[in-house]
Amino acid sequence: MHATHEANAQLQPTLSIRDLTISFRRDGIWTPAVQQISFNISPGEIVALVGESGSGKSVTALSIAGLLDAKVSRVEGEIFLGGQSLLTLPERRMCELRGNKIAMIFQEPMTSLNPVLTIGRQISEVLVKHRGVSEKEALREAERLLEQVRIPDARSRLTQYPHNFSGGMRQRVMIAMALACRPKLLIADEPTTALDVTVQAQILDLIKDLQADGDMAVLFITHDMGVVAQIADRTVVMYRGDIVEEGATPEIFRAPARPYTRALLSAVPVLGSMADEANPRRYPIVDPVTGNPQPAPPGALTVDTRSEPLLVVKNLTARFDVRTGLFGRLSGRVHAVEDVSFDIKVGETLSLVGESGCGKSTTGRSIMRLIEPTAGEIRLDGQDIGSISGAQLRDHRRNIQMIFQDPFASLNPSMRIGSAIMEPMIIHGRVSRTQAHDRAVDLLEIVGLKRETFNRFPHEFSGGQRQRICIARALALEPKLIVADESVSALDVSIKAQIINLMLELQEKLGLAYLFISHDMAVVERVSHRVAVMYLGEIVEIGPRRAIFSNPRHPYTRKLLSAVPVPDPSVRLKSSPQGVTEFKSPIRSVGYKPPVREYVQVGDEHYVLS
Amino acid sequence: MVGANDHLSVLPVTETGGRRARRTFLRHSGAVVGGSILFIFLTISLLAPLLWTSDPLSVEPMDRLQGMSEKHWFGTDMHGRDLYSRVVYGGRVSLLVGFSVAFLASMIGGLIGLFAGFIRPLDGPLMRVMDGFMSIPPIMLAIALVALTRGSIQNVIIAISIAEIPRVSRLVRGVVLTLREQPYIEAAISMGAGPLRVVFRHILPNAIGPIVVQATFICASAMLAEAALSFIGAGTPPITPSWGNILAEGRMLWQIHPAMVFLPAAALSVTVLAVNMLGDGLSDIFDPRGLGKS
Repeated sequence: MHATHEANAQLQPTLSIRDLTISFRRDGIWTPAVQQISFNISPGEIVALVGESGSGKSVTALSIAGLLDAKVSRVEGEIFLGGQSLLTLPERRMCELRGNKIAMIFQEPMTSLNPVLTIGRQISEVLVKHRGVSEKEALREAERLLEQVRIPDARSRLTQYPHNFSGGMRQRVMIAMALACRPKLLIADEPTTALDVTVQAQILDLIKDLQADGDMAVLFITHDMGVVAQIADRTVVMYRGDIVEEGATPEIFRAPARPYTRALLSAVPVLGSMADEANPRRYPIVDPVTGNPQPAPPGALTVDTRSEPLLVVKNLTARFDVRTGLFGRLSGRVHAVEDVSFDIKVGETLSLVGESGCGKSTTGRSIMRLIEPTAGEIRLDGQDIGSISGAQLRDHRRNIQMIFQDPFASLNPSMRIGSAIMEPMIIHGRVSRTQAHDRAVDLLEIVGLKRETFNRFPHEFSGGQRQRICIARALALEPKLIVADESVSALDVSIKAQIINLMLELQEKLGLAYLFISHDMAVVERVSHRVAVMYLGEIVEIGPRRAIFSNPRHPYTRKLLSAVPVPDPSVRLKSSPQGVTEFKSPIRSVGYKPPVREYVQVGDEHYVLS
Repeated sequence: MVGANDHLSVLPVTETGGRRARRTFLRHSGAVVGGSILFIFLTISLLAPLLWTSDPLSVEPMDRLQGMSEKHWFGTDMHGRDLYSRVVYGGRVSLLVGFSVAFLASMIGGLIGLFAGFIRPLDGPLMRVMDGFMSIPPIMLAIALVALTRGSIQNVIIAISIAEIPRVSRLVRGVVLTLREQPYIEAAISMGAGPLRVVFRHILPNAIGPIVVQATFICASAMLAEAALSFIGAGTPPITPSWGNILAEGRMLWQIHPAMVFLPAAALSVTVLAVNMLGDGLSDIFDPRGLGKS
């Protein structure tokens, strides 16, 4: 592969960016988002543009496609596509290029497809417009494209609508549309971020395969170093609008030259890095100036193994009715959670892992009593909390608190953060107003925020800071258990590491128990004492963290682990020959009786669904 | 990057919400102009007795239908009443009706909307009742009320409010339905907040923006409705100086004495325009993206 790139480098690059500066107008002032960046992409090359949120990577992509709003943005410098300058082109010519020479795929495949048009129509539209073929030919070509992106049964799929496709399939359709006109440049903006890890592996595979066929150049934008290692020939690292480092991917990973790159790489959770650790361990602290890591102290044992478990969940089941038609006839049920049992000890972290739709969030929300479980028993400290209601339930809520996925959305935007942290204490009326105020200030400092921020509003904070506020609020009532539902999934990798370090530190100090719900296997390995793997509403495997990661017994656990991208370019995942796996649905007919499940013990506290 | 001290870095955004709102407001020239005009009109009608007016009801048959003079700045009407005084005092009626209806309709409509949106079982019944109210034309209702009792400002305010309440409640219900799905509502419930706390501490403060904007538009349309009702004789008693009444009396004489139509009409148009401009500006301030239209 490298030989061809050296040959290609002699040729004219497909995309060439020179001294690109992009500024945005906000409140009448022009602020640069990208400053004086330059890079090239040769034909047949995949270049990854990596950086955290706000680094300017997506803005760069939009400026190449000419999709920035001219009223609030200003683009300076030069962008050449195959020798043609793009910034001087009139909008009408740009329009001809987009979808033809330059194709884009986005993060959200659902919102990028028109829900009221058939898939066939949407693909053929591109072909008719840019290649001037007849409708009939276009449909034939659309079928071929769907086959090319490995959608089974392509012919009948053409007449279906986007809602008939799963997330991964929609992204395949988007790729088929992007490839329809054999573009010179494909811009992929976080194309796998919203997808499950097994689907992500398939999509990455597909992009690599398709690209190897022709001389298409790919600009791959991502924040995930694991994905970069899997796909990119060259890597461009951006930080606050600047390119800090650029080079061949193996070199960047082997010997990162700049402190920022080193810091970025060290914060990437690596699967298997915890194999020798008995307890969850904090991430190493990296000095942002020198880039030298300071190893974290080994994790302390926080689990209280002697006393009774804190939380006991027995045979928890949650089903939702699906009603169709004019009169809302019951046509089926979503078996979101089916006969799930587990327990959590004091000071222990149990992780629930699985892909979207597996019922892990529903389990968490049932325990929070935010939704009513259909059946089952939930006991906290011996007290049955599954059946209480009204004032009793409200009073009990102080024992279990929740940290949500989106820290901004889970803070009331019109409430100062100090009041937000004081609110739970005031609701439960255990302390006076001044005491609540003092404790809120203490909590701010415990989670690493300054006391002066007390009177600020949520929008004045960054994502990581907001999650710290949410943690402070959750701690206000001194709960015994915290349900963390994808609490770090939306955060940048460095912030993610900081928040996890904070959560582990609090566990050591306060003896908290966590129910950690996540799809990110590498993070789960870092934080858990025990892990439960969920699939289609059931726990398929549960056991101590080390047992699950070093000796996975259930085929689904193995599949989940093998699909995690490894942040090491020399260990690329082998292409999976099976190609496409369809997502199975937990929707069952009305009379469906779930089979009685048996668990087999395969090790110390390690059980597998037989 | 773990040591990048995310929690210690000072973000560029250090303004408080109030300061940002004030700055957005001041940058919005329409809101400033509208707000100023409204303020001036409000001051004028409040200070009416001090502004060189005479009694707007005193009839001077000798001075009927006079043109502009030093004694009667805008001239007089067919009963010899001072037109300047009547227009200035008329502002009191218009603004009183406008503000009262805006206040009443957004309070009552807002409460109904809040409960319809938050308490699921109440949604259907409340909204069907609102649909019923909406099907009554406000002019018919006003005529009926006046026929039952007699023309008074209270009746006008009640009639217009009844017509406006369903609009507010529909808007608020819609806002509440989207707000109640926000994670911060779930967060409040999960920390043990009761329904009243959720509604008044978490939903209402975030719904206040659309309600205030809607209130300004209601204020403007209520002033117009009052004029229309007075014009057809179903509004305030004819003797009361209101812009609608002056217009109604002037319509027969407009060819020989156009000032009687022109002056109250101009006052009404400018006030309604000012209120609408203010509402437009407020809706930009409450725009969650805070971008403004500039």
